[in-house]
Amino acid sequence: MAHLTKTYPIKARDYLKAGEVSMEIHGLMKKIGFDSDLIRRVSICAYEAEMNVVMHGGDGVLNVEIGSESINLNVKDSGPGIEDIGLAMQEGFSTATEEARQMGFGAGMGLPNIKKNSDRLEIISDKGMGTEVRVGFTV
Amino acid sequence: MKLSEVKDILKATIETGGDKLDMEIRAGAGGDLMSDILRGPKEGVLLLSGLNNIQSIRTAIIAGASALVLVRDKTPDEEMKNQAREHGLPLFTTPFTMFTACGRLFNAGLRGVDKKRTV
Repeated sequence: MAHLTKTYPIKARDYLKAGEVSMEIHGLMKKIGFDSDLIRRVSICAYEAEMNVVMHGGDGVLNVEIGSESINLNVKDSGPGIEDIGLAMQEGFSTATEEARQMGFGAGMGLPNIKKNSDRLEIISDKGMGTEVRVGFTV
Repeated sequence: MKLSEVKDILKATIETGGDKLDMEIRAGAGGDLMSDILRGPKEGVLLLSGLNNIQSIRTAIIAGASALVLVRDKTPDEEMKNQAREHGLPLFTTPFTMFTACGRLFNAGLRGVDKKRTV
């Protein structure tokens, strides 16, 4: 299978469009014919990362690389950054706004869910620096 | 249990997926927080939610849930129905509250997605 790379913009605070990028990745992987468990894991990570940009980030981009041996998601935003990554990784810790919670988000499970469903996770962030989340999967 | 039994037990209205009533439902999960939901359901799992917006549909599809029931008679909008239809997701509504809907299904033998069964 040829290596496929796609980049999608993500708009901050747009709760109606939020999730569209992940749905596209879900559809793309289904069309290619990946195993349903892998599609589920990649889609969940994409969705959680996309929602994090919508909720906390400034605008951002999600880049997906689909290969025959690995799948990589790279999600970058220009938001306020994460001051304490260890704290953000704790289940239940959330700084989501009331608006995000009304849409069903802000459970404080986003980054833990990404960790649980991925094979590799790297978070590069600091206060005022924006956030880059790199998520990898072995096919 | 069959999806048709779920429909009867919940006195549900079919919004989409009326052709899938023979589908086998293995377990149930309920919640309004999408990240919580993403930890549970897989294939064969029925999802119940009080969250009546497009995100509950996207979450159900991404989580791989077999069907979605909106509790307390919440009416999905056209976009929700279109997306459910497009992805082959049966979407029902029930007049019952989350607690009562889950209780009725549990009483009829459907169990949750808990890893350790305590009942």
